Amino acid sequence: MTDPSAQEAIACAYRQEWAQMVAGLARRFGDLDLAEDAAGEAFATAVQRWPREGIPPNPGGWLTTTATRKAIDRIRRESQRSAKHQAAMMLYDDAPAEPTGPVEDDRLRLIFTCCHPALAMQARVALTLRLLGGLTVPQIARAFLVQETTMAQRITRAKAKIKAAHIPYRVPSAEDIRKRLDTVLAVIYLVFNEGYLASEGEDMLRVDLTEEAIRLGRLLRTLLPSEGEVAGLLALMLLTDARRQARVSSSGELVTLDEQDRSLWDRDLIAEGHALVRERLRTVAAGGEPPGRYQLLAAINAVHTYASTGGDTDWSQILALYDQLVLLDPSPIVRLNRAIALAELDGPEGGLAEVERFAQALDGYHAFHAARADLLRRLGRSSESQAAYDRAIALAGNPAERAYLTRRRDQL
Amino acid sequence: MPRYLLSVFGPAEHTEFSGYPSREAMLQSFADTGAFNDDLQRNGHFVFADGLEPAVTATTVDGQGDQPAFTDGPYLETKEQIGGFWVIEAADLDEALALAAAGSKACRGTVEVRPFHTEESIKALLEP
Repeated sequence: MTDPSAQEAIACAYRQEWAQMVAGLARRFGDLDLAEDAAGEAFATAVQRWPREGIPPNPGGWLTTTATRKAIDRIRRESQRSAKHQAAMMLYDDAPAEPTGPVEDDRLRLIFTCCHPALAMQARVALTLRLLGGLTVPQIARAFLVQETTMAQRITRAKAKIKAAHIPYRVPSAEDIRKRLDTVLAVIYLVFNEGYLASEGEDMLRVDLTEEAIRLGRLLRTLLPSEGEVAGLLALMLLTDARRQARVSSSGELVTLDEQDRSLWDRDLIAEGHALVRERLRTVAAGGEPPGRYQLLAAINAVHTYASTGGDTDWSQILALYDQLVLLDPSPIVRLNRAIALAELDGPEGGLAEVERFAQALDGYHAFHAARADLLRRLGRSSESQAAYDRAIALAGNPAERAYLTRRRDQL
Repeated sequence: MPRYLLSVFGPAEHTEFSGYPSREAMLQSFADTGAFNDDLQRNGHFVFADGLEPAVTATTVDGQGDQPAFTDGPYLETKEQIGGFWVIEAADLDEALALAAAGSKACRGTVEVRPFHTEESIKALLEP
């Protein structure tokens, strides 16, 4: 029962095959519940049989065949389906799906269904992690700090809505795909940030979610290789995650970019991220579409990770990229970040004047007060700086960030 | 084909021009909605559609007791009430949402899209 090679083969097949199995079963049977349950049962059967009977020569094929049989068994048992409906569902169908969108991968259909705009954002995230990521309900519940029953209900309700409201299982048409892709990218980026920033709770980093988001980003990149924003989001996540080891000190305190030990950065992830950013720069230079928000954010991160020390950072390039980003997204948070870059170029005085403009809009945002506190500190205005740190500490949800801000305040 | 209820919501209290800013605006909206209904019919989506008298004209009935109880006014006392609706047939939610967006534009109101039961969902409901 504890044959390590069989265990490993199952774990490996789970990572590689889960999404494809659920997606293929969902297309064939038109039912997400059935697809999820049948895929789960196939893996449960593998856990029983592979250690005893050996690993099949084609694990993916074995699992898919087993899951299909499980699904057909279940349809036979379900009397609410009419005989005609049952027969239609069980017809042997190995033909590829009819072409309906630009790319014909079942997993892509599944992504667009899970991230459908008619579902609430929380539901999109939960469904994507369950059906595409293969995370279990308890894992997802833990990652988002909610009760297991709450998360199970969220997923059940979302699947029930997909079924009852007839949310289609297909890749959107060419004219809709951009808009719909935005919602998919937003889901993946939310998962990443939830893992990376961990706005609540005591874990500074929740590794499962960042890794899962990068895995989904890579999958989407494989499925839509020519979409610039897909490449941009993947590059952004890689270049951010590359700094993970350097981002929190051994005492659990946040380390800001300029103070990070750059030898701790993951060079492989940075190289992969830089390659993606360069690819996009070439495409844009060759007359391709102008970069969207994720490509610009990736480029900003590439400038940071390109510098060998904080002092070498090319702030004029970062400011130029923020200028472009402000045109796409003139929100106060983007303009605050632009102001921080401006302060690096023009000095704290000009930067502070720019930052102050968002005092009203961002009064409840800890990063605004932290940026203001830092600029006031650099200008030698200690008591004002202290008050700003106090506000930032009170608003920061993350313990590592609080520890950093507290130390900074106490050093004044 | 799946059926959907498209309900139009708007202020419960109707002003002089049924909630529109002017007589011209009201007539233009009626014309746009009429054209939208024609499109629905031409493309095989139309099942039924109509506008409702203001919510103050509603009577709420509870017939579960020995004697039916009648109450003046709508079931829910809210500032926004249903003002009209369509019943349409659409291939899936994407098509229904696109139609609802066009209908919302034509009638100048927010539209709620809700699926009807299907034969299969009723059967699932009747299962033990």
